Amino acid sequence: MHGRPRRPAKPVDEEAASAKAAKLRDLQVQVLQNHHSRTYTKEAIGLSFKLLEINPEAYTAWNYRKLAFQHNVKELSDPEAIRSVVDDELRVVEVALRQNPKSYGAWYHRKWLLNQKLTPVDSKREFGLLDKLLKVDARNFHGWNYRRFLARFMGVPDEEELKYTMDKIGDNFSNYSAWHNRSILLSNLLIQQSKGFESKQKIFSEEFELVTQALFTDPSDQSGWFYHLWLLAQISTPDKPQLIASWPCNGAKLSSSFIKEKVDQNTLSSIWCHSLKERTVPIVLYFNEPVKGLNQSSVKLKSYLEFGKDIHWRALSMTDSGYSNCWTTYLQIANECSTSQQYSVEVSIPCSEDIVSRSGSNYDSPVHFTFTIELISDSQDIDLFDKPVAWNCSESLQSYGNCEPIPFDLLKITSALIEEESNWHFERLSEQIDLFRELPDDNSKFVKLTLARLLLACAAMKSCGRSLIERKRYCDEALGHLSDLIHLDPSHKQYYEDERSSVLMDKLTCDMETFMKHCSVQVQPNSVPLNHVQLHGLSLTCVGFAERLMWVQVLDLSHNSVRSVEGLEALQQLVSLNISNNQISSFTALEPLTKIMFLKVLDLSFNEIGAHPIDTTRYICSSPFSHKIEACEAFEQCQKKNINVEEYWDAILFFKSLKLKQLDIEGNAIASKENFRTLVMELIPSLKWFNGECVN
Amino acid sequence: MAEDQAHDYPTIEPTSFDVVICGTGLPESVLAAACAAAGKTVLHIDPNPFYGSLYSSVPLPSLPSFLSPDPSSVPLVPSGDDSHTVVDLHRRNIYSEVEIWGAAPEPRRFTVDMVGPRVLYCRDEAVDLLLRSGGSHHVEFKSVDGGSSLLYWEGQLYPVPDSRQAIFKNTTLNRTEKTFLFKLFKLVMAHIAAADEDGEGEASDKISNEDLDLPFIEYLKKHELPPKMIAGVVYAIAMADYDQNTDCCEKLLTTREGIKTIALYSSSTGRFANAPGAFIYPMYGHGELPQAFCRCAAVKGALYVLRMPVSALLMDEERKTCLGARLTSGQDILCQQLILDPSYKVPILDAPSDGSDSNLLRKVARGICIISKSVKQDSSILLIVFPPKSLEEQQTAAIRVLQLSSNLAVCPPGMFMVYLSTPCADTSTGKQSIKKAIDALFAPQASDSLEGHLEETSKNNEDLKPAVIWSCVYVQEIMEGTASSFLSCPTPDELLDYRSILDSSKKVLHCMLHFLLNVPASKVLPQEIFSCR
Repeated sequence: MHGRPRRPAKPVDEEAASAKAAKLRDLQVQVLQNHHSRTYTKEAIGLSFKLLEINPEAYTAWNYRKLAFQHNVKELSDPEAIRSVVDDELRVVEVALRQNPKSYGAWYHRKWLLNQKLTPVDSKREFGLLDKLLKVDARNFHGWNYRRFLARFMGVPDEEELKYTMDKIGDNFSNYSAWHNRSILLSNLLIQQSKGFESKQKIFSEEFELVTQALFTDPSDQSGWFYHLWLLAQISTPDKPQLIASWPCNGAKLSSSFIKEKVDQNTLSSIWCHSLKERTVPIVLYFNEPVKGLNQSSVKLKSYLEFGKDIHWRALSMTDSGYSNCWTTYLQIANECSTSQQYSVEVSIPCSEDIVSRSGSNYDSPVHFTFTIELISDSQDIDLFDKPVAWNCSESLQSYGNCEPIPFDLLKITSALIEEESNWHFERLSEQIDLFRELPDDNSKFVKLTLARLLLACAAMKSCGRSLIERKRYCDEALGHLSDLIHLDPSHKQYYEDERSSVLMDKLTCDMETFMKHCSVQVQPNSVPLNHVQLHGLSLTCVGFAERLMWVQVLDLSHNSVRSVEGLEALQQLVSLNISNNQISSFTALEPLTKIMFLKVLDLSFNEIGAHPIDTTRYICSSPFSHKIEACEAFEQCQKKNINVEEYWDAILFFKSLKLKQLDIEGNAIASKENFRTLVMELIPSLKWFNGECVN
Repeated sequence: MAEDQAHDYPTIEPTSFDVVICGTGLPESVLAAACAAAGKTVLHIDPNPFYGSLYSSVPLPSLPSFLSPDPSSVPLVPSGDDSHTVVDLHRRNIYSEVEIWGAAPEPRRFTVDMVGPRVLYCRDEAVDLLLRSGGSHHVEFKSVDGGSSLLYWEGQLYPVPDSRQAIFKNTTLNRTEKTFLFKLFKLVMAHIAAADEDGEGEASDKISNEDLDLPFIEYLKKHELPPKMIAGVVYAIAMADYDQNTDCCEKLLTTREGIKTIALYSSSTGRFANAPGAFIYPMYGHGELPQAFCRCAAVKGALYVLRMPVSALLMDEERKTCLGARLTSGQDILCQQLILDPSYKVPILDAPSDGSDSNLLRKVARGICIISKSVKQDSSILLIVFPPKSLEEQQTAAIRVLQLSSNLAVCPPGMFMVYLSTPCADTSTGKQSIKKAIDALFAPQASDSLEGHLEETSKNNEDLKPAVIWSCVYVQEIMEGTASSFLSCPTPDELLDYRSILDSSKKVLHCMLHFLLNVPASKVLPQEIFSCR
């Protein structure tokens, strides 16, 4: 059934085939006719059986049978008669399954029948049918689905089903369905704390032992690796969602102006916050896993400042059904204040049932942090964009005094992990790493990938102080494996490159010493100093660990191989971004940037926008432009101005949501189109510098 | 006596056949079926009142007389028409050193194979022959449990992992050993698959010729397998019989040969839906196999007469060509080709090399035990192999063991029959090995019933070892098939399967076909004969 090469279909006797088709068509017409006229006679039902016998995929015929069944069973009162009707129906399904054991319609019909609960279910018959089917094809997921349904329906204890998965794995461990069912059953049993399943540690140790037996027997079989991946996820991710970073961080001092004299080496420097000029303070919360349910009651704010409107939290990186790692709100300061004054803002997230992760766990590690806002009403108005921002990567940037650009240790919120637990987890991971290092199959991509994942899971546990040296060591080894994988398995090259980029960023930003080499405070004449991070020329393909960059105001990602800017949406302080000389292939790939409210300078030059006729990012990115009402309005406006909406729809949506002052886009295929410039001018009225020339 | 029986001998009509076959052993029966299927007239006779000859299965009470028959020579028959040179024949006994011990309950319910321990690969040529000839209608098989054998190693029995699943489930191998072992299997499988594709295939999947010519044991050592696993692969899967670790091994297995057997083994696994393992065993014993072929022959018109010994050969004057046989009934039967059971002694042939150098003959020591408890729990039909030197330093060859249960209708329920065999150069060492193996597998017999009570408690420690109820140890000579003025088929050999016997039968058939059909021997294959049925 599996692992066999597909053979070309045998040339069938054409006459026989067309005769069969004619017969099928005839049957189909008759069944449909009966369906429309609601004819539920024995003969009519018999016809539908004939059809399904040949073609179990005729879904309408199944529906017709359901209606007929309901119609006929209504008139019956004798339990024996009902039983025989149900039996007949079950038999029809069996006949159909013999024709095609993977017929959705047939399986669903059986479930539907059982759910009618007209007669007691003959569990021997049902499980017998399944045994027969799974003997023929042990991986038939329809069968496994039905088995799960049946087990729930009949109240078969999970323990027994777990034993069954073991039997099937014993027969042939190359069985995705059996491993998968095992993971589901184990999760249930562990949540319910069933007898014998009280200790997660014991169970997972045993499961690791079991699956490694399969992995070592045949490292080239994928199914075991999938199960191993699930196990790895179980021990490397915390059970509960946690806040891992915030902007502003605890103790931060935000200021609307910047006065040099105020800075002192020993005191916390105030951070110039561009948005304060517009009396807006963004707060960004970054969680270790996607959560939802942030609102005014689940995140409490305390301050003498008055904030206008309702405080509305929104997800920055939108994933499916509203879960997101990163949440933000914009506080509108409503106070009238004449002199310079400091206000503190307290943010606290108590244990909350509102905030839940995808797995359904509640947030229960309370966090509290405070920052201050300095409002200076009479500050001189600094125009940042007097001159175009020059990205000069060859010259080392002038750093500002002795001052460190950012109080690092305050950036991190290290939530208290339960030490004992994580020790056990770390031991398991190390054990697995040692194991797979010994696995003699040195060129298996699964081994390398799993090793890389294990190493990274270990690295993630080393999060402070001296252990960061170990973290980097783990990262280095993982990087080696990922580089090997790029050569070993070129068809998944992009995935490995993205992983590598993420690890590389982890390595560069996990400790202050290394990170400082990439950080500086940028001082432009006549301007405020800006926190600047330079990550150019590193072959990055994507952005990782964005939670460590949330304070960055100027980011240089030029001369990489960036394909996606997902993650940058967390950088709400970002004013200037340079992603020139990368591999951005469309405006849809830049969608995350539209969420950065105060982005003013964007260098997109020398990318691949417009070079690819098919925009693949729409399939890759988790959040492409969605069709909103505003979009339609924007399109209408453009249409009025004779802009070709069909051609530029993504450009329109992108530029529409940005208030850029400076844009560089030369060196892209799209920039050479004749009316592109007009389009940009039209869409970004605030633009001052376009491709280096003053336009406003 | 002779006179009485002489009356009982039927008269055979006609008196001339294309082929006369004497003895109903497996090779003779296959030949009878092949000749009958080819449209030849066949007379198939046997001195015994039952089918199978040296390949038969006999009831337990008849075993002693089968192993040591009365030395009564074939009664001399008055010569009739003496237009031929008459050469008298004698029967010889190929069994020696018979030692029987103990008493089996209900002995009539036990059936003893004379060829045991023996099984068939599902992908065996014997099985193919049965299927092609239609003999499969007359015999039913059961699978040997789990397929894989148990390996005796350092005083313990270990299952030999023979498939991916078995490696996965094995608890005695460590993880790395599992990887190496499966890698070897995969390599071999890839090699076989590549070799199957018209010899070409992907060169990268093939094992290099250099490696193929290497002794298999060296090749395995190159794959970093530990000694226990090497022993498992070499003696339990590649079925080597002689010690491969010595320099002066009689039969050093090359990688090529090893792989061939592994290929047969693996293609056997799963050939039949109801046989999970690689091996099958015929219900009611191996004696069923010759009978099945005899029935095929009979269906095609071969004439069968049992209880009919041959007393003499009819030769031409120069004693070069065999013209027929004189039966004990006194009747002369003429034929173009005569095939004789190896238990007949032909003076003219044996004369030059008679008796004196019998020590040079290959021999096999066999043992049969009856026990009332399986060697391994949850298994009733199983194979065990004692690799060379596993029992004692002097043990030069592997000892093979097969346990059968009442499922196969060879013994009453609750009983088990165990067959052992080992090839040997001289009778005493062979018997010694068999006895050692019996001692290793089974508890010493509670010979004194009085002691039983006292030892009850101490016995519990060893209670896993079954006790022997009845046993028999003997040595059998091995003879190859020969082709001269008449043809002679091989005796049962020391191997676990019929491959070698069928190979030499095939050779006999080729000789005969050459003669009968006047076609070059190399161009006729037995399957062609059967395909015309």
